[in-house]
Amino acid sequence: MSQPVITQPDALLEVQRLTTAFDVAEGSLLAVDDVSFGVRRSETLGLVGESGSGKSVTALSIMRLVQPPGRVTRGAIIFKGRNLLALAEREMQRIRGAEIALILQEPMTALNPVFTIGDQIAETLLVHGRATRARARARAVDLLAAVRIPQPERRVRDYPHQLSGGMRQRALIAMALACRPSLVIADEPTTALDVTIQAQIMDLLMEMKREFDLSLLLITHDLGVVAGAADRVAVMYAGRIVEMGPARAIFRAPLHPYTRGLLASIPGQAPGRRLRAIEGTVPSLTALPKGCAFGPRCPDRVPACETEPPAATVAGPDREVRCYRRQPGHP
Amino acid sequence: MPLVEVRGLVKEFTRPRWLWRRDVPVRAVDGVSFVVEEGETFGLVGESGSGKTTTGRCVLRLIEPTSGEIRFRGEDVRACSRQRLRELRRHMQIVFQDPFASLNPRLRARTIVEEPLTIHKIGTREERRARVAELFRVVGLDPAHLERYPHEFSGGQRQRIGLARALALHPSLVVADEPVSALDVSVQAQVVNLLLDLQQQLKLTYLFIAHDLRLVEHVCTRVAVMYRGRIVEMAPTAALFDQPRHPYTRALLSAIPVPDPEAPRLRIEFDASAVNLKTPLGEVSPGHFAAL
Repeated sequence: MSQPVITQPDALLEVQRLTTAFDVAEGSLLAVDDVSFGVRRSETLGLVGESGSGKSVTALSIMRLVQPPGRVTRGAIIFKGRNLLALAEREMQRIRGAEIALILQEPMTALNPVFTIGDQIAETLLVHGRATRARARARAVDLLAAVRIPQPERRVRDYPHQLSGGMRQRALIAMALACRPSLVIADEPTTALDVTIQAQIMDLLMEMKREFDLSLLLITHDLGVVAGAADRVAVMYAGRIVEMGPARAIFRAPLHPYTRGLLASIPGQAPGRRLRAIEGTVPSLTALPKGCAFGPRCPDRVPACETEPPAATVAGPDREVRCYRRQPGHP
Repeated sequence: MPLVEVRGLVKEFTRPRWLWRRDVPVRAVDGVSFVVEEGETFGLVGESGSGKTTTGRCVLRLIEPTSGEIRFRGEDVRACSRQRLRELRRHMQIVFQDPFASLNPRLRARTIVEEPLTIHKIGTREERRARVAELFRVVGLDPAHLERYPHEFSGGQRQRIGLARALALHPSLVVADEPVSALDVSVQAQVVNLLLDLQQQLKLTYLFIAHDLRLVEHVCTRVAVMYRGRIVEMAPTAALFDQPRHPYTRALLSAIPVPDPEAPRLRIEFDASAVNLKTPLGEVSPGHFAAL
């Protein structure tokens, strides 16, 4: 592994050329393929993609939670100047949950059904030596209050099944915040929730982000959720980031045909009319096209698209895109 | 005559007895009334537990309503004999949400699509084969894949198989229960287009059940908003989205994530204690009803 260089001085997390492969019978499948991005201090980076795009595997790779047959085969993950991939597992345990917290989609599976909410928050604090056993319970109540759970003194004694979906997600956020992490990775934090609850949880996340001065890596398939929360957006397709830039710029003037297609696929913009859908389906990792992975579905493809995957090119301030049509010398 | 008329529909579920607790009936649907006109797409929208799915299934008598009236082309569906209900079902079909759970994994796609024709003893073997191939083309599937099993298809393709099966008997009403919510955004758009195209070509009427308000706004002509088993507001789509009257509808609409970072975000909270759920629907402007 080459010695990584921090390219952005304000980056809290810097993912460099990350590649995560799954060794299966068909060969080595690249779920994440040469992915680079940074999360800056106090910013929200939205990582957008459909199922199979590699966005969740990216999150697990950062946390070093990829399970066999998956493994990180290349790259560096620099967090506060240290390469997480080079740390011993013991050192990583000190970072996981304490400095980088992960919030998952399904709050019922992320919580242990046989322990109370309070026990589980206290456990996080105890494991990381952030509180004594005596103090941990009181801290748990404070945290539940911080995430606006009514009657926290009572709720702290509740088991997960006694809470509604929205309240469980709040409890998970409280647990994530327990050790005052500087980075929170939220993987589809509102997908399983009703729309009004989703709105409340997103509001809460944004509020917590300000209050605790967090950096947030928000992983979602929902462009609406990203638009409401992210400062910058990275769009993933078939294991690669195809476009990255400030949220405003991405939504105002998407450069990659896939991003344009995704935006046009959102219903409600011209009621009753056919949507400008993207043709075809997301390719299977076992049968990726040789060139650009989006090539076969792309309305703008040129012969070069079938040769090899396009390299990332700078496309304006703070923007990059992987598309032959955006490379110098192409029409 | 409207295609479907629902009056005062009630569906109670009883929780099974547990130790000393007595049965407490839960009203999943609590006095719902609406009509669906021929050729329109009538949307039932609501959050989980609102009763929208139960309502849809009661209309087809896939579950038996507790009370109320359901008419299909004027005919009392609840008074039908089993024989008559079977005949009626040819005209009303359902497409389910989960394309992974709703297709029998042991049957080939051909058999799944052909089954309704077989059950209703329609056509000869050859005619049925031809019809299945035609249905495959109608929903945008390759007839070369007729012999495949469900797991060999993607989610979007499976939903097309479900649609082909629903269309096999030339129904006039299709109850579409969250037909695209399990699909990826880009695939979702393809299936939405297919639903719109089929409606035009085959003169279908949809009872469209969904939680995604953007989707409902896109495909529906009229919308009913459900909350705790009741319709709290019902109006032509544009009126409902432009001038929502019920506080719950307002809260629901304000919670829709807008795919525009520069759009103003005004969140309206809904205070359930401030409204009386027993309030009946009243006409607030022509065709626009709200429980105010």
